[in-house]
Amino acid sequence: MSSSLTEIRWHGRGGQGAVTAAKMVAEIAAEHGKCFQAFPEYGPERSGAPIVAFTRLSDDPIQCYSAVEHPAIVLVLDETLLSVVDVTDGAPADAAVIVNTEKSPSEIKKVFDFGKRRVYTIPATKIAKQTLGRAIPNTPMVSALSKITGQFSLGEIEDHLRHTFGKKFPPKVVEANVEAAHMGFEEVQE
Amino acid sequence: MSAVKLENPALDPALLQERRMLLKGNHAVSYGVMRCRPEVIAMYPITPQTPIVEKIADLALTGEIDAEIMTCESEHSAMSACITASLTGVRVFTASASQGLFLMHEMLHYASGARTPIVMPIVNRTLGSPWGFWPDQTDSLAQRDTGWIQFYTEGGQESLDMVIQAYKIAENPDVMLPAMVCHEAFYVSHALEPITVPSQADVDAYLPPFNPEHRLDVDRKESWGNVVTQEMFYRHRRDMGISMSHVPDLVTKADVEFAERFGRGYGGILEKYRCEDAEMYIVAFGAMCGTIREAVDQMREKNLPVGLLKIRLFRPFPVQAIQEAVAGIPRLVVMERNYSPGLGGILHQELKAALFGMENAPLVHGYLAGVGGVNVSVDRIEELTRKALAETPVVESVWV
Repeated sequence: MSSSLTEIRWHGRGGQGAVTAAKMVAEIAAEHGKCFQAFPEYGPERSGAPIVAFTRLSDDPIQCYSAVEHPAIVLVLDETLLSVVDVTDGAPADAAVIVNTEKSPSEIKKVFDFGKRRVYTIPATKIAKQTLGRAIPNTPMVSALSKITGQFSLGEIEDHLRHTFGKKFPPKVVEANVEAAHMGFEEVQE
Repeated sequence: MSAVKLENPALDPALLQERRMLLKGNHAVSYGVMRCRPEVIAMYPITPQTPIVEKIADLALTGEIDAEIMTCESEHSAMSACITASLTGVRVFTASASQGLFLMHEMLHYASGARTPIVMPIVNRTLGSPWGFWPDQTDSLAQRDTGWIQFYTEGGQESLDMVIQAYKIAENPDVMLPAMVCHEAFYVSHALEPITVPSQADVDAYLPPFNPEHRLDVDRKESWGNVVTQEMFYRHRRDMGISMSHVPDLVTKADVEFAERFGRGYGGILEKYRCEDAEMYIVAFGAMCGTIREAVDQMREKNLPVGLLKIRLFRPFPVQAIQEAVAGIPRLVVMERNYSPGLGGILHQELKAALFGMENAPLVHGYLAGVGGVNVSVDRIEELTRKALAETPVVESVWV
């Protein structure tokens, strides 16, 4: 197995865009020559139901077709999931957990047990509402991931939004996402 | 049932070139189908196959696929439509999974008996009851007596490539049998990966147009499906068996020619990975093979001499190739994602039958490792391999 392999697990609710966010990371990785794999753990796809998606990133081709059991990074798109799902399940002690919340890491650590894992928070929904006018936390979550892992840069996210993403959406939406990415990068806290 | 034929807009020539795309396993299949230029596509949706036919509908809208698209009222009708369309001498396509495949079952026998080389990807999914959407190969394996060729693939690229090869093998005049290309739900069907879509020119050069000797045509005055005598039926089934017996060599040849033209080869009937000096082979098919390859690397680093034997062709079951591949190996352990109640793991049982009478045949362990889509990780494979090395095999498949 490649030593450069990074395994990521996304927790969200149906309709929040966890799968789209995982796809965005995969696309950015592909644009910069990295190998990747992104897949949802699907099931009854009901809006609002807890869902899980996985992303693998590596410098070498990925041939492992199995669920991620020991993610180095866990992203939680909806803080209400913390009381429903054990988001740290299988994550090693040195894993990072990134939670979309307006609270600080110390505040949520008082309520939920994350063990020794690093906990980061980001008000991604708030940023999305401010910039996009909609509660879609994907883009700021991806920039938080960029800041914490260094797997790709804010500039690369911006390139992706302007080019790939820009093919499907009008400039106004693209620029709002770029702004969301910058705010996400700035506002993530440990 | 409705059939739609659209006026095609002018195509951007760049779309005909080799394209590197980010595609889910199912969409990779759709692009593979596109390059094969089927003339009739009959479809009925079923999770988790639906993205294949949805993408095909998209590609027909943009003119990238130029086929008559039939949206049928059931899978049974979709297969019936495929059989009759194929008998008129055109290349046809459909896809299915799980419950939908079972509704087709009657017509699957008809398709092979009518010698229609239909290609149908199957996205392996659990069967109700209880209800689930998980990867499990029991759906397609339960069709193993229907006279269809069956390939099992481990990823989107291999599935795309095998759709192209499947047409070439199925339409060979010495074969003329339908083929399934099976990949698993979720781990493959919905995994987004970088995929190479070959150029139209290369696929056209590899896969000649379908031009069968016999076809339903009012000017030819041929017919199909008449009542026969016992002796005629006997000869017909014997002929199907002879056609099946041509398949393994043609699979090898198709793979070699594919590798020469496209630069990607898969080993044909089976693939051996790090099998040199192995004490034991892990035998598997489908998505688990990639994970097993990583597990083999991990175990080899710990000086555990094991390798992977990946079975790619399940029908016809390649008895000779398997016997040659395992000669001199003391043990095999089958890890599989399917279950026949009262029999066990289907690959385990077929493998043991294939080794019957072989001199110094290896001992065979059978582990029901991934039934119902249970995750089989790299570490789990190592754990099961060590378990097999430490115990004496039993006749039955084992719930691990």
